[in-house]
Amino acid sequence: MRVVIAFLLTLTILLCGQVVHATPVDTYEFKSMENQQRAVALAHELRCPQCQNQDLVDSNSPVARDLRLEVYKMVDAGQSDDEIVQFMTSRYGDFVLYKPKLESKTMVLWLGPFALLLIGLAIGFMFIRKQRIVPEQSQTLSKEDQKQLDELLKQSRANEDK
Amino acid sequence: MKKLVLFIPLALFLVMGAFLYKGLYLNPQKLESALEGKPVPTFELETLEDPKKMITNEDLKGEVSLLNVWATWCPSCKYEHPFLMRLARQKLLPIYGVNYRDERALALREFMREGDPYTANIYDKDGRLGLDLGVYGAPESYIVDHNGVIRFRYAGPIDSKVWAETLLPMIEELQLEASKDQSS
Repeated sequence: MRVVIAFLLTLTILLCGQVVHATPVDTYEFKSMENQQRAVALAHELRCPQCQNQDLVDSNSPVARDLRLEVYKMVDAGQSDDEIVQFMTSRYGDFVLYKPKLESKTMVLWLGPFALLLIGLAIGFMFIRKQRIVPEQSQTLSKEDQKQLDELLKQSRANEDK
Repeated sequence: MKKLVLFIPLALFLVMGAFLYKGLYLNPQKLESALEGKPVPTFELETLEDPKKMITNEDLKGEVSLLNVWATWCPSCKYEHPFLMRLARQKLLPIYGVNYRDERALALREFMREGDPYTANIYDKDGRLGLDLGVYGAPESYIVDHNGVIRFRYAGPIDSKVWAETLLPMIEELQLEASKDQSS
């Protein structure tokens, strides 16, 4: 019985493993394992021009398939990531990059969040400082006020004693 | 001064609102072509009509032309076809077809049935020229100037509205430019 369960478990694990690997990669024979990893990672970073929110590996569209195979071929031909990205952007524009380049026109994109964070922090800081100052001011009473307060307290105590 | 500071959030909100409002009317499917201003990629491919005859990017030079990427499997191309036929009859400019990832026999049969608006057809069976052009879906049309430089890309079927509003004015301007170049 135990053997049967162990066998079934192994089978399930093996089958699951196969399902995980059933990506379009299987149709292409890479020269080496490193090439495959590099190519697939790169294709994940490139966006399909047709079905706009999928990367080249996820998408089933013919364009994505062509581009994906092109990336694989170029990796196997020993081209660097930069060369491949250059190849893609010279044809399909910066649109295909999921991670935009750091350029003057993308500065807002890259630095905007930090600027907003700074603004937020500045505003928060201002509020906190204001709140700290306000109670301090109200605590320092003028001498006359203090006298008046003392008298009032005395009176109320006198009333209580009665 | 202090009161002005209080208006900063409102100003930020208005600026963002303006951008987002504009974003509502943008078409995210419309991509800018990376090839505008660049020469047509070099190619040497068979013509669709005759496998023995080759056509290259040099053949596109000399005249302002329209390069139209199409295929028989593409429904929008069928929609566009009658307009291209009308255009061909006007003889304003040569229309070159790029038969993109298609079968020769199917494409030729399509011409027999529906007519052939093209001056010549490039048979791009494996889609290599399409890839070099940055084609992401047929039909796509490129305006190529007399020096063989891509000046404009239009993705989607051409109809009389797009033609009259966008493409024709641009073509007329380029043809003027070409005639100036030739006379000088």
